[in-house]
Amino acid sequence: MMSSRLLPFYATVVICVLAYAVCVFQFPNMLSTRVLGNLLTDNAFLGIAAVGMTFVILSGGIDLSVGSVIGFTGVLIAVLISWYGVHPLAAFFIALVIATAFGAVMGAVIHYLDVPAFIVTLAGMFLARGMAFVITTESIPIKHEFYSTLSGLFVRMPGGGRITFIGGLMVLVFVAGIMLAHFTRFGSYVYAIGGNKVSAELMGVPVARTTIAIYALSGFLSGLAGIVFSLYTSAGYSLSAVGVELDTIAAVVIGGTLLTGGVGLVAGTFVGVIIQGIIQTYIVFDGTLSSWWTKIVVGLLLFAFIALQRLLVVLSARKGSLRGAIP
Amino acid sequence: MTRILKTLLLGSATALALGGAVHAAGLTVGFSQIGSESGWRAAETSVTKQEAEKRGVALKFADAQQKQENQIKAIRGFIAQGVDAIMVAPVVATGWDTVLQEAKDASIPVILLDRGIEGSPDLYMTMVASDQVLEGKVAGEWLVKDVAGKDCNVVELQGTTGSSPAINRKKGFEEAIAGASNIKITRSQTGDFTRAKGKEVMEGFLKAENGGKNICALYAHNDDMAVGAIQAIKEAGLKPGTDIKVVSIDAVPDIFKAMADKEANATVELTPNMAGPAFDALEAFKKDGTVPPKQIITESKLYTQADDPMKVYEEKKGLGY
Repeated sequence: MMSSRLLPFYATVVICVLAYAVCVFQFPNMLSTRVLGNLLTDNAFLGIAAVGMTFVILSGGIDLSVGSVIGFTGVLIAVLISWYGVHPLAAFFIALVIATAFGAVMGAVIHYLDVPAFIVTLAGMFLARGMAFVITTESIPIKHEFYSTLSGLFVRMPGGGRITFIGGLMVLVFVAGIMLAHFTRFGSYVYAIGGNKVSAELMGVPVARTTIAIYALSGFLSGLAGIVFSLYTSAGYSLSAVGVELDTIAAVVIGGTLLTGGVGLVAGTFVGVIIQGIIQTYIVFDGTLSSWWTKIVVGLLLFAFIALQRLLVVLSARKGSLRGAIP
Repeated sequence: MTRILKTLLLGSATALALGGAVHAAGLTVGFSQIGSESGWRAAETSVTKQEAEKRGVALKFADAQQKQENQIKAIRGFIAQGVDAIMVAPVVATGWDTVLQEAKDASIPVILLDRGIEGSPDLYMTMVASDQVLEGKVAGEWLVKDVAGKDCNVVELQGTTGSSPAINRKKGFEEAIAGASNIKITRSQTGDFTRAKGKEVMEGFLKAENGGKNICALYAHNDDMAVGAIQAIKEAGLKPGTDIKVVSIDAVPDIFKAMADKEANATVELTPNMAGPAFDALEAFKKDGTVPPKQIITESKLYTQADDPMKVYEEKKGLGY
């Protein structure tokens, strides 16, 4: 039973390896540490936000505010540092507190007012993006010694590749996410709520606390992704990261997590993020394809994975009923 | 397993050899374009592709869909690929330091097209752009010459308030007519660079200026607004191009059609060919290390009814404007 539930994850890993092999076969340059380093650096903000999204989707919810919170955090940090002379570390702290509180409030509304997550986080999306625009519509450069040190920080790999600070941070966040999902009580609560909220409640899972914590976590990680994004571009811009929430949802689903909740792995999301990165890199290397092919391929993959999951659910249900009929 | 690996490696080696042979013929250049938000940008993309083909340059094209993160990814991809040069039309001015430093570390020259960036000029080889003040100036100089000393009241359709082309094109025009006391700007309002708004504002101008009898010429910051205004002039029962002279900037195909119909008088070209001068600079640099100036200004060419507008229209039609 468990292994068939993990089938989408295995399928993702196989697709990822195959896709990379095809790329390397066509463009041997893609087999370089430079490309591997780029995959981590370029997708750092996406990956970090996707870890939060994984927990949200595992619990059967959705968070549409991710991209806006990234944009808002970036603008807030840029304004704090460039206009008010706040030290970047203090700005990070303020931004993370606000983003976490923002998520927690959304979680509380979802639970206590019993409003679908889709609607609450949609409101959150408009709210955060609107706030970013109110602060400023301009792109504000961040010029601070600490900032340039941080964004210029990297470990050189053999072959000229770089593991940057933000790339490394993403890997750390994934490791922490895996620990949290599989080795803590909070993790098992998340799976329980996603599997069946009513029975989770009956089993004594603190649903209210856990729901608020899940959205607070997603808010925190979106804030962290915003920090990473601002390190990535050394600027804050209210129009940045539009639609990133959809990319993270795509990464989570391609990573083998069931959209209805309860089943999935944080590690799968990592593979989902990397697959999207590989497609983009392939298109840049090819140089003649329209970049919109990224969306088309991601769309097709999403569709394939949703169909695969549905098939598995139907198959396991049939097996279950057969077992019930013939004891 | 080892056999699969061997096949894979062998395949890679062959592909590498083939790839090397193809690219040895010319340069490989990566081009990160903002997107295709306007007709002009679409034309810039197609002209860049044409120029690359003409010169035997292998062009790697990446459309960023208006997103900076996509542009940064594309530039990193180009660096990883080991291209000979990178051209970027930056979507915003900030946030390029890290990635351009990476290009510099890899000794890949970067050329900015059409827009500048904030940051150290050491990070790029040169920037190819038009001089927006000059565009306005060329338009103004044409008018000064055309009215030849007669009194002339000009109405002005400005671009989007506060945008740099609106500010600069206004400034250039005013500089050009500063010496001619016979030419006065009597009304000036924004038409937001759009056809619909251009028409609407022109209708207001015509009503306010005695049905248009007090207007001698229209200066529009772009052709689209001029085309809208021409419609308004016609609806007011006047002849655009004769009763009211029309001069604008950009040189999009539709204005050439209007010029062929004698409904517009002159336009100043914002050339979509930013890549041509960029490739020239790059080829010179690769050949004998000639370092180009930090800024290459493209020509602001004036077109009038005398320049066979129908022929230009046919040429420009297919570029995706």
